[in-house]
Amino acid sequence: MKKIIGYAFRRSQPVMYGYLFLGITFGIMLREVGHGVFWAFISSLFIYAGSGQFLMCEFIADNAPLFTCCVMTILLNSRHIFYGLSFLTRFNSLGHKKWINILELTDETYSVLCFTEKDNAHPLTMLFISLFDHSYWIIGSCIGNLIGSLPFDFTGVDFSMTALFVVLFVEQWKSSSYKLPAITGFISSVLFLLILGPDNFIFPSLILSSIVLIFTRSLYEKQNETGKEVQQ
Amino acid sequence: MTTTKLILIIAVCAVSTMFTRAIPFLVFGDAEKVPKIILYLGKVLPPAVIATLVIYALRNTEVLTGAHGIPELIGVLCAGVLHWVWRNSFISIGAATVLYMVLIRIM
Repeated sequence: MKKIIGYAFRRSQPVMYGYLFLGITFGIMLREVGHGVFWAFISSLFIYAGSGQFLMCEFIADNAPLFTCCVMTILLNSRHIFYGLSFLTRFNSLGHKKWINILELTDETYSVLCFTEKDNAHPLTMLFISLFDHSYWIIGSCIGNLIGSLPFDFTGVDFSMTALFVVLFVEQWKSSSYKLPAITGFISSVLFLLILGPDNFIFPSLILSSIVLIFTRSLYEKQNETGKEVQQ
Repeated sequence: MTTTKLILIIAVCAVSTMFTRAIPFLVFGDAEKVPKIILYLGKVLPPAVIATLVIYALRNTEVLTGAHGIPELIGVLCAGVLHWVWRNSFISIGAATVLYMVLIRIM
């Protein structure tokens, strides 16, 4: 068990700096709209979505209708729908605990968990990585809310999240000989970013990627077959 | 704002977010009944999603104004090249982040 937790902690490290910093930013923002550390803790524990919680601060500031909160949050987080698809069978080994892990699927945790399969890691590794990530987010939110402002200009630390995705992209690219999904995702997202702008592009882009990947399934299977022949 | 309204807003945001994460599991329930095409998608989507998340993380880069996205471009190249060569996430992410923080202050 110690080994699993240690491994999970190392795997969660790349997410730590970004989550602590973004969490602090959220804590500060919630304080600015008038709410204390208890509410920062509760929000980060139960919502646990970066951009979702920033949006929530705006809802609070505007005293927005609940219906608006619901629809906007679902639209903003619609990309999450795609994340579960990769874990439909993998989470089963967790038994009832799978529901905890399902609610932990943020962009970053999802991306990191995609790599635990290749390491043949124990199923609980996924859960511990998720819980470590979540705790960084909660700790950051509480610290931010308590201090209210940063003693040093940390602008740009959040680039560590961008760098994390770049690193995982390289990792993915090197470890798989089937490059079509990565290329499809890249072209589709750039295309929709240019057409729809930064706020609405991600969901349509993932839909297009899925459609392209479904139509090119035979290519994937052909590649898999030749791969098997080489192994034999 | 009343405490009740605050609790309601947090609850609605929480349940809405949980809903987006749970949909696939609610729809396909038993893992044995998952259609093959969905399992296939789950297998091939990660690289596509990660590529999309790179673009998503860079979505607010100002290309036409300010530093014209040069700090972002250099930061991404730095992370990518370092990781290509050494494959050590700490070096790649740490160096790229520090470099980016320096660049946005001097450009």
